[in-house]
Amino acid sequence: MRRLMLGNEAIARGLLENGCAMATSYPGTPASEILASVAAMRTAEDVDMHVQWAVNEKVALEIAYAGAMTGLRTAVSMKQVGLNVASDPLMSAAYMGTKGGFVVISADDPGPHSSQTEQDSRMMAMMAKIPVLDPDSPQQAKEMIGLAFALSEAFEIPVMVRPTTRVCHARQDVAVAPLADDPRQPEFERDPARWAATPKFRYHLHGELEGKLDAIAAYAATAPVQLNAGVSGDRAVVVSGVAAAHTVEIMRELGLWDRLPLYQVRQPYPLHTDFVTRLEKAHDAVLVIEETTGMIEMQLGDRKRVTGKQTGAVPRVGELTPETIERILCDFSGQSCSVKTPPAVAGRRPTLCAGCPHRASFFAIKKAAPRAIYTSDIGCYTLGMNLGAVDTVLCMGAAISQAAGFYHAFKGQEKPRDVVATIGDSTFFHAGLPALVDAVSQGVRFVLVILDNRTTAMTGNQPTPASGRGACGEPLQNVDIEKLVAGCGVGFIREADPYQTDACIQVLKEALAYSRENGPAVVISRAPCLLDKQAARSKSMGAPPVVTDDCDGCGYCVQHFECPAIVMAEDESHVTIDPVLCSGCGVCLYVCPKQSIQPAE
Amino acid sequence: MNDSVHQQIVISGVGGQGVLFVTRLMAEAAIRKGLPVLTSETHGMAQRGGTVISHLKVGDFASPLIRSGHADLLMAMKAEGAAQHGHYLHEDGWAVVNGGAGDAAAKDWHRLDADRRAHAIGNPRAVNLVVLGGALAAQGPTPLFCTVEDIRAVLADRLAAKSAMLEMSYKALEAGLHITDS
Repeated sequence: MRRLMLGNEAIARGLLENGCAMATSYPGTPASEILASVAAMRTAEDVDMHVQWAVNEKVALEIAYAGAMTGLRTAVSMKQVGLNVASDPLMSAAYMGTKGGFVVISADDPGPHSSQTEQDSRMMAMMAKIPVLDPDSPQQAKEMIGLAFALSEAFEIPVMVRPTTRVCHARQDVAVAPLADDPRQPEFERDPARWAATPKFRYHLHGELEGKLDAIAAYAATAPVQLNAGVSGDRAVVVSGVAAAHTVEIMRELGLWDRLPLYQVRQPYPLHTDFVTRLEKAHDAVLVIEETTGMIEMQLGDRKRVTGKQTGAVPRVGELTPETIERILCDFSGQSCSVKTPPAVAGRRPTLCAGCPHRASFFAIKKAAPRAIYTSDIGCYTLGMNLGAVDTVLCMGAAISQAAGFYHAFKGQEKPRDVVATIGDSTFFHAGLPALVDAVSQGVRFVLVILDNRTTAMTGNQPTPASGRGACGEPLQNVDIEKLVAGCGVGFIREADPYQTDACIQVLKEALAYSRENGPAVVISRAPCLLDKQAARSKSMGAPPVVTDDCDGCGYCVQHFECPAIVMAEDESHVTIDPVLCSGCGVCLYVCPKQSIQPAE
Repeated sequence: MNDSVHQQIVISGVGGQGVLFVTRLMAEAAIRKGLPVLTSETHGMAQRGGTVISHLKVGDFASPLIRSGHADLLMAMKAEGAAQHGHYLHEDGWAVVNGGAGDAAAKDWHRLDADRRAHAIGNPRAVNLVVLGGALAAQGPTPLFCTVEDIRAVLADRLAAKSAMLEMSYKALEAGLHITDS
């Protein structure tokens, strides 16, 4: 049976078909739909398994890893920068190994389309010394989940599966199989020399790990395959990941399919030893096409034969688009061809939704603290930069620690700078808490605005620890943000409604005044995300307001509020309000300096 | 017919317009006809009102992406998409575009005011289905791999439990079927 599936759904299906008993994750594009799909399938098929969104990737990995220590099959999924957060337990888990199959799914984002970096998770697998599989399609991603569990159990080692955006967010007709039906019982054998190893034992574990890697470099089930079997020649092409899919299609079209041997590497690390030898014996020149780092390349010993990122033939930056691959193949094969270069057109930039509570919060922050340094964080509210209300974005949780850094840098000055940090509720839980503890202990004078929209919005409205419900909709304990903040020792904590612009500005001004004298002040700006269908709303929004004839098209609202529902007329004589986009939040009534936006009659 | 189907379709718009929904309807229509299908979609930050684009490939393909100069059809939910994504079309490719001025150079470009039509049926958010209706009705140089009936069948499946939404969707599709306002 074939079913239309998103790559991430296919991965989820692979987990369930292979008896995964525990799946954890923290949302992040392009990986978010993996756990959401596991949750949906678990509910639909009534599978007995633990499915959860964890507070961050490190916690997610540790939970799933302990599950695998008991002999169950478990998996953790995340985006590539999430793996940075989870890297500490990963490095150790590689040494200690696993009992049940343990699969780490880290989704990369060459481009990048929705990420801070283009980092290659396969390099992290190499650093941790664990094998990594690199699928080319939703179908292969599903198959590789089965391969990964088998490999993991054969060598008692964590195994990474590294899909990229073009696999995660491709949709394909995928062959589905029945779900696994061999429930295992968890067992835990005490073995402190392994599970609580001291440095002396770690040395031995490291030795064992190297032995495993040598054996995995000869493991038949994940060995490279020649896709055009029987074709031989001096020059050969080696591909991996979605670049394999592009290359297959382009080589067929260019008539290269019968001329250039094409090998697909399914396990980029450790690269199979026999394969390296075979390439050296059979071919004078080898072109390697892979995303994003040249890591197959660096495992090929004879550098003189290799064409790729190190020779400059394959770009080191950005996604390897099919157009780029066509050009590379033409150059390598000596075939002349005219590849159409897509024009560089600027599309529309993303923006906060019309009526988004974050926009209202940012407007109030700019009014209350116009000269502050605005540190911010990862989430929808990163888009506050369109409004000039976001000066820095580094990584999850850094809004708070960077605010501290700015405070310490300026504190000796005659006129210290105000610092206002913004962070979302989910990001605050994820990595903001330790930074806030630090800021309290160090007496950092800044205002923290927690933009609490009651959800993890950017990635598709996953619950947070404050939501009181789990991945499958089950009721959970609700973790209270105010109490957390109070528990950190913050002396000023106030809640604000971002849609009440005057009152919100007032609270922010009080927070600023407090912080200048005393230390951290926290304002929780709270209103549910408009896209969150599960959100409890205290009131409904009003009708779209009207623009009066007094509007002279000054553009203040467009520039400082940037609501997509407010549209400047082509002749710039006035603005209009798009009734389809407008949510009726009414904040623009306050924004217009000339009172030309009025409530609907 | 199945072996000969080999179509590459680009669907573009801005986040929130339902580009993903239309992509999925067409992909499901392909599967119902026993055709292999691959799509590539825009998820993530761009869905917040930024430019989004779907690639839909029906037939024997390996890559989920369409190269510049290789698309048979462009469906643009915003007029600006014609300029931004027209480069995907090959020489004989055709386009269905929501609004914008006609382009004399492009012989097979169909313009329809999907915003107005969606508004007229009381469902301004159904622009995506109006454009899809337009593409199904326009009949470019090569017939589309699926018909209005195929799409109606997919909708009936997907919205089986939501009869009001299903009726609304049929109406929107219908509103696009008369491709004669430019």
